[in-house]
Amino acid sequence: MTVVPLAELASTVRSKNAGVLHVTFDVLFRDHRAYGLAKASGALSRERLAALYGLEPEQIVTWVFYDPGLAFKFTIRRRQPAGTPGEPDPFGSQLYPPLFDVQIPVASMEGDER
Amino acid sequence: MPTFLVPTGHLGFTPFESPSFEIGLGRCPDYLVADSGSCDIGPYPLGSDRSHSPSAWQRHDLERMLLGARDLGVPMIVGSAGDTGTDSQVAAFAGMIRSIAAEHGLGPFTMATIRAELTPARLTAMLEHGRPIVGLGGLPDATPELLARTNRAVAVMGAEPIMEALRQGADVVIAGRACDSALCAAPALLAGIPAALAWYLGKVLECASFCAEPFAGKESVLGSVSRERVVVEAMHPEQRCTPLSLAGHAMYERVDPFFEHVPGGTLDMRELVYRQLDEKATEVTGMRWLPNSYAIKVEGAGWVGDRAVAVMGIRDPITLSFLDEAIEWARGKVTERLGAPGERHCYQLFFHVFGRNGVMGYLEPSAVTGHEVAVVVEVLAESAGLANEICALGSRSLFYARLPVVKGTAGNASFWSDEVLAARPGYIWTLNHLVPVEDPLELFAIELEEVRAVAEMAG
Repeated sequence: MTVVPLAELASTVRSKNAGVLHVTFDVLFRDHRAYGLAKASGALSRERLAALYGLEPEQIVTWVFYDPGLAFKFTIRRRQPAGTPGEPDPFGSQLYPPLFDVQIPVASMEGDER
Repeated sequence: MPTFLVPTGHLGFTPFESPSFEIGLGRCPDYLVADSGSCDIGPYPLGSDRSHSPSAWQRHDLERMLLGARDLGVPMIVGSAGDTGTDSQVAAFAGMIRSIAAEHGLGPFTMATIRAELTPARLTAMLEHGRPIVGLGGLPDATPELLARTNRAVAVMGAEPIMEALRQGADVVIAGRACDSALCAAPALLAGIPAALAWYLGKVLECASFCAEPFAGKESVLGSVSRERVVVEAMHPEQRCTPLSLAGHAMYERVDPFFEHVPGGTLDMRELVYRQLDEKATEVTGMRWLPNSYAIKVEGAGWVGDRAVAVMGIRDPITLSFLDEAIEWARGKVTERLGAPGERHCYQLFFHVFGRNGVMGYLEPSAVTGHEVAVVVEVLAESAGLANEICALGSRSLFYARLPVVKGTAGNASFWSDEVLAARPGYIWTLNHLVPVEDPLELFAIELEEVRAVAEMAG
């Protein structure tokens, strides 16, 4: 099965504070096809994302594929409010890069079964 | 259909771009609106009551807005003055408005200021009178102890105080801490627009050109609202508002893209329908309003220590392979001399390792360490002197760390500069809470004044 990294399917991958307690991650896909592949793949499941960031699945407080925006979004709760000494990345703006390498299976949708 | 020109999502944070604002002014908008606040800047500005932005940039943005507003004869609304929306920042923005008016011979016009600061004493009294101060996002409810640790707090106003200021004839509104989307919602509600449309208008416009594509900040967007629809249009010649750009922005900085909780209710965006009208403009319908009991969010910050910082570099691969041991050795030297944190002194000591997990901390999945790292030694302590001493001892002990294998016996680390840097004091968010209120105006003080250029020029 062929896989492609999420970074190739997405036009935007970003993270940012959503209030002082949460960091939200937005993935905006290039087009309907890329969005459909990612949505159908299961590679962005709550469990897999929790594992990626070393969190318990319940620490992901929202998780949604957002059709009108061809987008995927999830939100995590910080251990402590942003800006607390020792709490990383006060704006939450550099927490997305691990998402780049999430591998999305594409072979079956491509009609390429090699 | 009243129209709203929004030139920036954070007035003063960086100066906004004038050309697209001028294009917007050419469309004769009915209101000029900008938010100046943010919590992203952390708790320090609120706690220390200092603006996070240079006053020259704030003045730049206010000057362009005031000149445009007086030229068109339309109201101008600015919320969350000076990043924090404290009383001192409302006063500073009001002072800039007077000074800009004097410089350009503007006026007379009516300026309203709306103060939003809540003293910890007032909050304590509220608690004593049985008013709950309810923690948001799972935070515990406020206690007298928490309020005692709070240096400064603001209430985040809804639309009503701004509506009241406009009702009283304000041409310029300088509001303290305010819900971002209330700034456009207020005049829309005053014009009889239903809540769902008014609040969506505020929500979609609050970050100005962040709702447009391609990405470019600090450019103007023009919104209009009727009883049936909201229309948003990019003013920059190269930007467009499209269904995708608006939907993308609906998610921005929000826990979820479907609901926006504001004082008095929730904006429900689950059934939004986007329709592109032309190259630059998109229409939105289908928003709903779910009324709720009225509550005001309160933000508070408290001091946790004076801070000092030092920066070290490590290149030796042997030291890097014993990095945790080196840090523990350095930490041990601090403990040996000054005791563990909280034992004899209150302090916190951090070794942030950039090149390993300095950015992401506990969220970093990668185990890779670079061929060199920077170690930022950060200390918060009960006094600046103690913070300095701990920081010097922590960083120099990294230099002298005794490890199982040492080849470079002249020092395990490189001083970026052998000095301890004074950093601003550390604050934390103490309050991110809700206070139920019966009267939406209760926590806010509205004052009107006549601004006359001649009077100031004569003075």
